[in-house]
Amino acid sequence: MRSLLQFLARHSFVFLFLALEVISLILIVNYNNFQRAKFLNSSNRFTASILETYADFTSYFYLRQQNEELAAVNAQLHTKLKKLEVVEIFSRRDSSIIRDTTYQFIPARIINNSANKQYNYVTLNKGRLDGIEPDMGIVGPHGLVGMVTNVTDHYSSGPSILNKRWRISAKIKKNNYFGSLGWDGSDYQYAQLYEIPFHVELAVGDTITTSGYSSIFPEGILIGIIDEFNHDSGANFYQVKVKLSSNFKTISHVEVVKNNFLEEQKMLENLNSND
Amino acid sequence: MIRDLLKYTIMLVVLVLLQVLLLNNIQFSGYINPYMYVLFILLLPFETPRYLLLLLGFFLGLLVDIFSNTPGFHASATTFLAFLRPYTISLISPRDTIEVNTPPRLKFMGIGWFLRYTLILVLAHHLFLFFVEAFTFNGFIHTLIRSLLSAAFTSILIIISQFLIFKE
Repeated sequence: MRSLLQFLARHSFVFLFLALEVISLILIVNYNNFQRAKFLNSSNRFTASILETYADFTSYFYLRQQNEELAAVNAQLHTKLKKLEVVEIFSRRDSSIIRDTTYQFIPARIINNSANKQYNYVTLNKGRLDGIEPDMGIVGPHGLVGMVTNVTDHYSSGPSILNKRWRISAKIKKNNYFGSLGWDGSDYQYAQLYEIPFHVELAVGDTITTSGYSSIFPEGILIGIIDEFNHDSGANFYQVKVKLSSNFKTISHVEVVKNNFLEEQKMLENLNSND
Repeated sequence: MIRDLLKYTIMLVVLVLLQVLLLNNIQFSGYINPYMYVLFILLLPFETPRYLLLLLGFFLGLLVDIFSNTPGFHASATTFLAFLRPYTISLISPRDTIEVNTPPRLKFMGIGWFLRYTLILVLAHHLFLFFVEAFTFNGFIHTLIRSLLSAAFTSILIIISQFLIFKE
């Protein structure tokens, strides 16, 4: 026993090093179940308040650009509103057309964001008190951004598309074939669309949108356009490279998508999983 | 003693903030991410107890981790850097050349010594960090090139900083 203690004391430096590395490793491995890593992330109150101050400061540099983007979105919305007014007149006559109130949008601002890591996350300045819950989607002015996984009272955070652990269901707008879209960790402007079979007709420039098959995003939210696609020999599916419509280096104002019937949909789907 | 403590605390805060607010946003051609915060461990005095080096390294890495949403990555790499520091110093320093009460600064140790010191430790740190981040040896060359280029860039930043800020 005494010689063991002596041995430990003589090599205490090495053992302390190993102990600290093991702690680090535990942190890294636990972090793989990334929904469970609710501690030590940037929706933590203290770090978030520093990051928010910094984001407040730097956002002045982008005011002009942001204004232009918001004006463009405004214009789009006005056009849509005009169309909807026409639809509404018809729907009053015909009660079978019921307006869709499934999804609701909560505006928020990104206060921390990255595009240079393998697993990128965004932090928003709205939290539980503003009605945000885990499993809500985040949509920017140019399309899909990410989803919320962690929420505190005033802040929320979650993976952006630029996160290798996150896949979403996406479809080709013109023919409705759907596959799953993920990021390979190399270029922040491009993502990969998987599981598109060979008989589907593709063209460079085709629009990719959300499929609506998950309860997080409504159908038809823009993700990007096809940049190139390959037909590898021996593979069963196309390799499709998608140019993302959101620019993760400049994005700032976003909306969080709330699904009002999420609970109901999940309950219904759980009934099937018992089979 | 108290003055030193204050000096190193300020240095820690400045380097961590510089890293998380500015340098984390730098990315050249998808390859180069500088991690200059390791300068804190490099500049600790020679007399620093070895266990304290490890603890400070772990703590420094954890701070950067918390701000950049990467629990464990930086903590493990910085601990590794702190572990290698004593061995590196005895490897590159001729016997009895280290005087008491001189910190490992460029001004005291000379450019040749400081350059070797920085390159070895920064390269070790970056290799460890990028391979732990990738968590696989797939794409070995890709990760290796990322580490080498980033280590070169970090070292340049560190050398420049020695001429600009820490010269007193």
